[in-house]
Amino acid sequence: MMNGFTRFTRNRLAFAGGIVVLVLFCASVLAPVISPYNPTDINVNAILSPPGPSHLFGTDELGRDVFSRMLWGARISLKVGFVAVGIAVVIGIIVGALAGFYGGWVDSILMRFVDMMLCFPSFFLILAVIAILEPSIYNIMAVIGITSWMGVARLVRAEFLRIREMDYVKAAKSMGASDKRIIFLHILPNALSPVLVAATLGVAGAILTESALSFLGIGVQPPTPSWGNMLTAGKDNMEIAWWLSVFPGLAILITVLGYNLLGEGLRDVLDPRLKERWK
Amino acid sequence: MAMAIYLAKRLAGMVPLLLGITLISFMVIHLAPGEPTGVATDLNPKITAEVRQRLMSYYGLDKPLIVQYGLWLKRIVSLDFGNSFAPDGRPVMDKIMERIPVTVGINVLALLLILLVSLPIGIYSATHQGSLFDHAFTIFVFVGFAVPTFWLALLCMMLFGVNLHWLPISGLRSMNYAHLSVMGKAVDLGRHLLLPVVISAFGGLAGFSRYMRSNMLEVIRQDYITTARSKGLKESRVIYVHAFRNALLPIITILGFSIPGLIGGSVIFETIFAIPGMGQLFYAGVMSRDYPLIMGMLVIGAVLTLAGNLIADVSYAVADPRIRVG
Repeated sequence: MMNGFTRFTRNRLAFAGGIVVLVLFCASVLAPVISPYNPTDINVNAILSPPGPSHLFGTDELGRDVFSRMLWGARISLKVGFVAVGIAVVIGIIVGALAGFYGGWVDSILMRFVDMMLCFPSFFLILAVIAILEPSIYNIMAVIGITSWMGVARLVRAEFLRIREMDYVKAAKSMGASDKRIIFLHILPNALSPVLVAATLGVAGAILTESALSFLGIGVQPPTPSWGNMLTAGKDNMEIAWWLSVFPGLAILITVLGYNLLGEGLRDVLDPRLKERWK
Repeated sequence: MAMAIYLAKRLAGMVPLLLGITLISFMVIHLAPGEPTGVATDLNPKITAEVRQRLMSYYGLDKPLIVQYGLWLKRIVSLDFGNSFAPDGRPVMDKIMERIPVTVGINVLALLLILLVSLPIGIYSATHQGSLFDHAFTIFVFVGFAVPTFWLALLCMMLFGVNLHWLPISGLRSMNYAHLSVMGKAVDLGRHLLLPVVISAFGGLAGFSRYMRSNMLEVIRQDYITTARSKGLKESRVIYVHAFRNALLPIITILGFSIPGLIGGSVIFETIFAIPGMGQLFYAGVMSRDYPLIMGMLVIGAVLTLAGNLIADVSYAVADPRIRVG
């Protein structure tokens, strides 16, 4: 454990990623307290005012404070990221565990299903489902989760295939433990580290997808601020207000970067065999 | 002969996949509350009870779901996806077919650009591991993975289109396209394509070059590289002939895997740059809930992906005898 921790801090990039994630988490929890303005308050006297002392990142086409909206947007991003990945992880674990533990035709059918899901350009599938169901933050979380569990399923399956042949599992089996007990108590806990890495990277992916959907107008709906729909306003005003495009995009970039760095760092810690991957 | 058997096996394996794809597309559309004809008929006062009835019978909506699926499947086997709900009411298949060349063309150009840039970068940073370039490369990869493509597109439009006036930022052709010479037409098209192609390539650059780097690192540790060096070959020959060819193999597979992402991504940049391709068509269909079009696009998008994977697998088998024999 100590060894893992030192390796982790030694990896400065991963550490930086952890800090970014932590700061964002605090910022989104504290958004109601620290944001200088109400994110949906319209101010006709300050329409499209450039960044300055009273509005750190300027204001948008309705005079709303961009910095405050970004803080509230962070809440949306994190919510979507965590819930969507939560859904993906649960589905992925169930599918992967069943396929890996039982093997045979269960495995073939489930893995063919995974192949099928991977064939869809997932962005098409997400767009189609959301258009049919009504765009809302809850539908987005659900749909991103439902279309992104395949990677986790494959990882869990591979771990199960490896672990189920180990002596301690055979011992548990010979002592008469039920399948349920072996899957959840004996194998799953030992199969979780690659899932944790995939989940961390998955949060980054979900945040990117949410922002792209919101940018296209099929995601989080105004007036609720999200980084994606703030960029739509940036596009509409790109001739006159660069700050509307620059700051929310930077926020997405830094957030996604943070989660990716953290995920790769976790990979180094949890799976020393893959250390070569980065350095 | 081995190749033919391999190809037949692969094709046979695709049939259940295709069935599954159509089943999922079919189920997606039936998530909709109410009847699929509801939107088309409610929103369009011109549609009479008679037209509604025709839609009903086209989709077999009075029959059980499984029969509906069977009927639909029979129709799409003959490439009939029905007529669009859009005012033009044209067959979905025609609308999609005329858009495919644009999207596939841009994506092929983007893939070529990705390979042209990422392979040399990957090789250089693998053969100069730990150098300043290699460190810069690591940072580039992380940032490349994190940049939202649509934001990059937005920034480039602002910089090159709005501020510098260097490049056009929407569509594929200028207003005066018809009056230009052949040369002028090519230049005009190129100028319109430059930003969309570069930006859609950017998304893949980080992944491909990282992959090339790790393949290369893997390969240069192999015994046959040591052998090649010890028999006195020049380092450049060892790297660019012996190592490069073997490190290139897995890239073919990754090319196949990257196709769904590229097709999906086309929705974003075709919408931003107003390019008349599949992505833009799909977006318009989604916004107006044009169900026949959405279903058709889901199926065609997945089929294109399958075709891409097949091409990748076959090229892999051509390039690597171990695959087609084993």
